[in-house]
Amino acid sequence: MSTFLGVPMRRSRDAESPIRGTETFPHAAKRAVNDTQLRRNLGRATATIRGKRQAVVDEMPDWEALRDSGSAIKAQVMADLPALLEQLEANVIARGGVVHWAVDAAEANRIVTQIVTATGADEVVKVKSMATQEIGLNEYLEEHGIAAVETDLAELIVQLGHDKPSHILVPAIHRGRAEVREIFLREMADAPEDLTDEPRMLAMAARTHLRRKFLSAKVAISGTNFAIADTGTLSVVESEGNGRMCLTLPETLITVMGIEKILPTFTDLEVFLQLLPRSSTGERMNPYTSLWTGVTPGDGPQEFHLILLDNGRTNALADEIGRAALHCIRCSACLNVCPVYERAGGHAYGSVYPGPIGAVLTPQLTGIHGHHDVNSTLPYASSLCGACFDACPVKIDIPSLLVELRGRAVDSDRGHGLPTGWDGAMKAAAWVMSDEKRFTNAQKGLAAGRLIARKGQITTLPFPLSAWTGSRNIPAPPTQTSRQWFAETHSATDAGKDRS
Amino acid sequence: MTSRDTMLAGIRAAVAKGAGPGDTTVVPRDYAHTGVLTDHAEVIELLVDRLLDYKAIVTRTDRAGLPAALDTALAPVRSLVVPAGLPADLHASLHGRDRVVVIDGAPDVLTAYQLDQLDAVVTGAQVAIALTGTIVLDAGPDQGRRALSLVPDRHLIILHARQVVETVPEGLARLTPTAPLTMISGPSATSDIELSRVEGVHGPRTLHVIIVAD
Amino acid sequence: MRIAVVATCLADSLFPEVVKATVGLLERLGHTVVFPQAQVCCGQMHVNTGYLKEALPVVRHHVDTFEAADFDVAVAPSGSCVGSIRHQQGMVARRGGDDALAERAEALASRTYELSELLVDVLGVTDVGAYFPHRVTYHPTCHSLRMLRVGDKPLQLLREVRGMDLVELPDADQCCGFGGTFALKNPDVSTAMLADKMSNVLSTKAEMCSAGDASCLMHIGGGLSRLKTGVRTVHLAQILASTTERAFV
Repeated sequence: MSTFLGVPMRRSRDAESPIRGTETFPHAAKRAVNDTQLRRNLGRATATIRGKRQAVVDEMPDWEALRDSGSAIKAQVMADLPALLEQLEANVIARGGVVHWAVDAAEANRIVTQIVTATGADEVVKVKSMATQEIGLNEYLEEHGIAAVETDLAELIVQLGHDKPSHILVPAIHRGRAEVREIFLREMADAPEDLTDEPRMLAMAARTHLRRKFLSAKVAISGTNFAIADTGTLSVVESEGNGRMCLTLPETLITVMGIEKILPTFTDLEVFLQLLPRSSTGERMNPYTSLWTGVTPGDGPQEFHLILLDNGRTNALADEIGRAALHCIRCSACLNVCPVYERAGGHAYGSVYPGPIGAVLTPQLTGIHGHHDVNSTLPYASSLCGACFDACPVKIDIPSLLVELRGRAVDSDRGHGLPTGWDGAMKAAAWVMSDEKRFTNAQKGLAAGRLIARKGQITTLPFPLSAWTGSRNIPAPPTQTSRQWFAETHSATDAGKDRS
Repeated sequence: MTSRDTMLAGIRAAVAKGAGPGDTTVVPRDYAHTGVLTDHAEVIELLVDRLLDYKAIVTRTDRAGLPAALDTALAPVRSLVVPAGLPADLHASLHGRDRVVVIDGAPDVLTAYQLDQLDAVVTGAQVAIALTGTIVLDAGPDQGRRALSLVPDRHLIILHARQVVETVPEGLARLTPTAPLTMISGPSATSDIELSRVEGVHGPRTLHVIIVAD
Repeated sequence: MRIAVVATCLADSLFPEVVKATVGLLERLGHTVVFPQAQVCCGQMHVNTGYLKEALPVVRHHVDTFEAADFDVAVAPSGSCVGSIRHQQGMVARRGGDDALAERAEALASRTYELSELLVDVLGVTDVGAYFPHRVTYHPTCHSLRMLRVGDKPLQLLREVRGMDLVELPDADQCCGFGGTFALKNPDVSTAMLADKMSNVLSTKAEMCSAGDASCLMHIGGGLSRLKTGVRTVHLAQILASTTERAFV
C-alpha cells in the first residue's frame, strides 16, 4: 500500500510478533505469487482438500442444521463467556487440575516456563497448538534453556527447517517432498542415510525420531480444540497419534487455551465433532480424538495445568460485529477455498493465523494502528468473493467482517497525520458521486481517455492506475454515457422526473 | 488484583460492550440425532464399511466363535499386553501358540519402554459409531489405561454388536464425560507431506476389530 | 410494468452498451423503462474500501433519487450493485446515525433486482426471444452467486437463447480477481486470479465470455485483450437483448 507522495510504505513501524509481520500484505504477496514451487504446492493441496471436504459435506443432509447449531452455540458462548470460564475452572480444579489465567503472551510464557522449570525438565514435547504459536512459546522456552520439540510431522518439518508455518492445518504445505528430505537429512541425527523423498519413508523417519522423545518425555504442552464448561473436559482432535503420546505418557501436562475455545456442555460436542473433521481434513472423523478431565489416578499425567489466554481476544469480544471471529474452530476450510490464500500463501499474512480468518482475527488481536501498521493491510487481502463464508462450519460472515475492519483501518487514521492518497481520492470521489452535476461533469473528463487509446483500448495509465494497466487493458471511454443516450432517445417522462 | 480478577473484569466489560441483537439465547438443534437405518444389522454393515475404508482389519464372529477368532487374529503376535479386566474366558486364546501375555497392573504397571517392546494390545471398547467408523475407549476395566492401547504397534479391539450405534449424538450419549476418552477412527495418518496420505505414524499401525454378534 | 433502470456508475460511464441492452430488452418484453437522470452510484466502492463515512452521501443520493422516481421495480445489470443496495446501504445509514435513511434504503432495496432475478422471479420469464449466434461461456460472478444467491437463473435464461453455443466454464465459481479496489491494492494476486480465470475461459474455445456484472467483465476482458487472445466479453443483458433483427454487441 503506497502513499501518493511516492514513498512506498511497505515496512511496519510496529514491533514484529507471531501475529504481526514486517511487510504489508501486497508486498509480501507479490513475492509469493512468483514463487512457482509454492504456487504449485498450494494449488494442488487446496484443490485436493476442497474436493475431499465437498464430498463428505455432500453426504450430510443435516449439514446446514449443524452449521446453524454451531453458529448459535458459539454466539451463546461469547455472550456467556465469564460464567462459562468460571464453570470450566471449577470443574477442572475439582478433578485435580490447576488453572492459571494469562492476560497476554508474556504472562502465559512466564507461567509455562515456571511450571516446566519446577519439574526439573529441560525438554518438553509439544502437540500442535495455534495458541502456543501465537504467543511465541517455543522461542521463549529456548531463551530460558528449555527445548520444545514439536511432534506434529508438519510442525516438526517447520521447526527443523527453521521456518514459519504457512497454514493452520498443514503448516508445511509450502514444502515439497524433496525439501523435506533435505531438511531431515540435515537436522535429524538419526535419519537413515538412504532416506528417500517418498512420503511414507519420511513419515517413518519422523516416527523413529520422535518415538524416543515420546517414551522418555516428562512434560508435554498442548492446546485444546474444545473445552467443556459443564464437565471440565478438554479435547485434542488429531490424526497422527502424537497428541495421544503427549497427552498420555508424560507426568506433567500443560494446556494453553484461548478463552474463546469453550463450549457450554458435553452434548455440544455432538455438533462440533461432526463439523470439524469434515471441514478440516475432509474426513468423516479424524483418526484420534482424546478427551480428558483434570487428572485420572493411574492413567496419564498426574499433574495437569490449564492456562487460560486472553492476548487480545477481549478486543474482539468488545466488538459487536468483530467478535464473530472468535467463533472460529480452526478448521482451515476458509483457507482452502480462498483464491487469495491459494496464490499468496500463508507467510504473506505475517501471522500464525493466515487466510480469511487470519485477515479478520489477526488485526483484532493486535489492533490496527493506522496505515503504517502492516496489519492494516490484512482486511484488504480479499476480493470479497464470499467463498469462505460458504465454507465456514460455524457461519462466520467473514466478508462482512472484512468490510467492517476496512472501516476500522480507515477510521484509525482519521485525525492523525497527513491523509493518504487513498483518503484524498475517496473523499473526492464521494463528493463527485453524491451529486449528478458533479458526476456528469467528471464524466466529460473521460474524453481524454479516448485520446490515448489505440484500437479502442488503453494500455498504459499513470500511477496509481498503472496498478490496473500493468496487466490489463481498459476500453476507451465511449463517446456518450448511457444517461445521455437515454435522454436523447426517450421522452422526459421516462427519465422518471414526473409522477403521473 | 490477580490476573484472574483482571481478566474476568475485562471479559465482563468486553461482553457488555459488544452485546448486540445477534446474541442468541435459543440454540436450534435440527440436525439428526438418531440414525436412518431401522435394522441394526445394517448399522453393523455401515460400521464395517467405514472400518475397511480406514484400512482396519475386520473379523466377524459370534460369542461361541470369539476365542478362535481371537487366536487367529493374534497369529502374527509373539507378545501382548492386556488390561486386568479383560474377560477371563479369553485368556486361553491369548496364551495360545506360546505367546507372552502381560497383564497390566497384575502385578506390575508397565513402563512406556516395556509397552514398546510388546507386539500387541487387546482391549474391549465402550461404544462404536457406525456413520464415522469411530470406536471409543473409556479406560474401563476391560480397556485399561490409555497408554496400553497407544504404544504397542497392533491394537485388537473386541467389540460387541450391542455396543454399535449409528450416529455421533447417539455415541456421545453413551459416554461418561470425565473418563479418559479415546475416539479411534482408523489407524493414525498424516497428509502433511504434499498431501500424500501415509498411514501409521505414531499410534498403532495395525488396528484389528473383532465384531461379536449378540 | 414500469421498470427503473439503475445504470450503475461504471456502466453509465464506460459500458453504456450494457444499459442500452437492458433497456432494449425490457422494452421488447413490453415494459416501460424509466431512467432517473439524477442517479449516480450505489456506494459500493466506498463501502468495500472502508470509507463507510464517505459512502453516506453517495447512498443518500441514490435513495433520494430513486424514491422520487415513479416505478414499480428497479433493475441493475450488476449483481454487485444490487448486493450492495440490498446488504450494505442500510448498514451505512445506520452507522452514520440515520435510521430513517436506513429504512428508506431497505424499502427501495426490497424492489430492486439484479437482471436475472427480475426476469425469472419477477417477470416470470426464461425465454426472452433472444438470438445470439456465438460460442459463449458464462462466468457467474461472486456477488450474484453468493450474496444474492441467484443460483442458475442466468443459465436458465441463456439456455433459451437461440443460435448460441453455450459452453460450461471450468471452475466457474472461482473468483475472477476483480474485487473492486482489490484489483488496485493487490494487483499481483488479482492478476494471478485473472490468469486462471482466463485460462479456463480459453479452454472452452468460446468467442466470448459473459457475466452479469460489467466490473468483472472489465477485468476479464482487460486481460483477454492485453494477451491478444481474440476472445472478448459480453454482458448477459447484451446477449438477452439481441435478436435476429438487432445485435446488442
